[in-house]
Amino acid sequence: MGAWLNESMTWGNAFVLFIWAVVFLLIVLGFVTYAIYYERKVIGWMQLRVGPNRVGPLGLLQTVADILKLLIKEDTIPRKADRLLFILAPALAFVPAFAVLAVIPYTEKLYFADLNVGLLYYVALSGITTLGMVLGGWASNNKYALLGGMRSAAQMISYEVPLVISVVGVVLLSGSLNLRTIVAAQGDWFWQWNFLPQIIGFVVFYIAAVSELNRTPFDLPEAESELVAGYHVEYSGFRFAFFMLAEYVYVYAIAALTTVLFLGGWHPPAPFLDFVPGLVWFLLKFVAVVFSFFWIRATFPRVRIDQLMGLGWKVLLPVALLNVFLTALYLELFVK
Amino acid sequence: MIRTEELLLNVGPQHPSTHGVFRIVVKLDGEVITEATPVMGYLHRGTEKLAENLNYTQIIPYTDRMDYVSAMTNNYVLVHTVEKMMGLEVPLRAEFLRLIVMELQRVASHLVWWGTYLLDIGAMSPFLYAFRDREMIINLFNELCGARLTYNYMRVGGVKWDAPPGWMDKVEAFIPYMEKKLEEYDKLVSGNEIFLARIRGVGRYDADTAISYGLSGANLRCTGVKWDLRKEEPYSLYDRFEFDVPVGESGDCYDRYRIRLEEIRQSLRILKQAVAQFPKDGETMGKVPRAIRPPAGEAYVRIESPRGEIGCHIVSKGKAEPYRLKFRRPSFVNLGILPKLLVGETMTNLITILGGIDIVVGEVDC
Repeated sequence: MGAWLNESMTWGNAFVLFIWAVVFLLIVLGFVTYAIYYERKVIGWMQLRVGPNRVGPLGLLQTVADILKLLIKEDTIPRKADRLLFILAPALAFVPAFAVLAVIPYTEKLYFADLNVGLLYYVALSGITTLGMVLGGWASNNKYALLGGMRSAAQMISYEVPLVISVVGVVLLSGSLNLRTIVAAQGDWFWQWNFLPQIIGFVVFYIAAVSELNRTPFDLPEAESELVAGYHVEYSGFRFAFFMLAEYVYVYAIAALTTVLFLGGWHPPAPFLDFVPGLVWFLLKFVAVVFSFFWIRATFPRVRIDQLMGLGWKVLLPVALLNVFLTALYLELFVK
Repeated sequence: MIRTEELLLNVGPQHPSTHGVFRIVVKLDGEVITEATPVMGYLHRGTEKLAENLNYTQIIPYTDRMDYVSAMTNNYVLVHTVEKMMGLEVPLRAEFLRLIVMELQRVASHLVWWGTYLLDIGAMSPFLYAFRDREMIINLFNELCGARLTYNYMRVGGVKWDAPPGWMDKVEAFIPYMEKKLEEYDKLVSGNEIFLARIRGVGRYDADTAISYGLSGANLRCTGVKWDLRKEEPYSLYDRFEFDVPVGESGDCYDRYRIRLEEIRQSLRILKQAVAQFPKDGETMGKVPRAIRPPAGEAYVRIESPRGEIGCHIVSKGKAEPYRLKFRRPSFVNLGILPKLLVGETMTNLITILGGIDIVVGEVDC
């Protein structure tokens, strides 16, 4: 794949790239479809329910039916909404969500863009999604939506910073922003993966990531019991689906990023297990991370907005900075 | 020039956390509430006026629909007022049955509160756990009187149906089951840091304020006032049983939460004793004249419902229908303190405080 990117852009190459993008989009959409099913099943079991089981065998087509329903729904735009922004916002939320996936490496050979600043690219682009949410909330001309959008902005600022700083330790250890190099720098045994040496960074990253995803206990922008639906309260049909889609694509992205940064990517937990293909290991870790997000959702109540900000600025940020300091100190004293 | 504007936000009547059709208009400065005005009446059905054209037995189903989460206590307050006016004697077995269903109802009602309150706070799962256990009580009621929510079970002078064979054994089996589940609740929720941070110190008021606003139930006891009508003015058979009245200290949402969970435990304690003392046989209906015509005069009876002091005031002119009937509904009275509590709080705390008061809109509007 990387070879394609380095070749000159001919029509043929552009076509191949386009096909790849479409194939990948389909994979991601397939993931979203079954992530929703997975989530509903997992949470259902945790909540003494059975989850979807009516549409298709074992309810496997439930999400497909839901998406179809969203597609044929009436597309309403409030009369007093800012029409242009209202239409633009869902796309603005979704496009970066999909774009960040380009830099995720799955195995040594399977990856799309091999960027030297992969991590930076991810963080920079994912911030744009919040813009979509704020815009959506603002353009809807609805007070609940506005409050949701405002919260979203506040939350993004408070959590993007610790998120970025928490991975600095990883970057220091591996000496690169390239996600492939970061995986390669992690050892063969599972205790050599970054999550143990970088345990502080890992915890901060995980909390900030859950917050970035707007998932329980940080689902304030769309807090059902307070803001009804938050920033997307006025959206219906496929525009709403776009917000929804963006959210789940980020689940995919963050889970993949966590796997890459902290869980050793495609490395098996022990060297003698390497007869199993790397992709399988990657997927196993990935699914475990996704599961943990669902688990948390079924377990925790929601934090309050001021507590959320307090946690972000007063706890996570200093801890993340401390982690950077400790990592740098370790490198200076023992490695250099 | 940059200026800020106050935001007038209409919460309800269709809002997920107003538990029905309660509406509250808040003025927001950012996310901070500067003024809150509750608007009631979306569920008003004119129960009290309707009652003036109904005979006493016909009013009973209407009381079911007031506080529909706790219909048994509503039944009781009405029939007991009439019994008091007519000086009727209720058979022991019937009185036991009444007490048992009222305590089961208190457990069921607090379970609904517990589940929905956590739903308000943002935790989804406890709701389903609570409803699993409430379902067992509902099934017991269903066996007893054929209804799951609006029971229409009590009558002036007794109860409509005797317990079916084996019913009391099921109640007996339910008690240890529920005790075990309460421990599970504590494990799952009560110690959760996020949950505690959300409710500790929120919606605080002191005993004087509570009394001056006429609060009752857990809303009053959370301030440390030990006031439970089952103890203060024992009605039914409550003076026969041992139980404690849990009180709080700080008068915040956390205390209200703790008290309600503890009340479930105490109710189970009462149930255990009541089931043990339940008379083997006996009538379920006392000697009641064919037409229920309380003598001219008036009477007020108050009992402890899960939400507080529910009272029934009947003015009779000696006819089969009341001349005037008035219910003191704890949800409505307790709601009075809401505007005072909300000023200076955030939108999020609005939900926490409103949920903590524990209202049932059917009772607020009546």
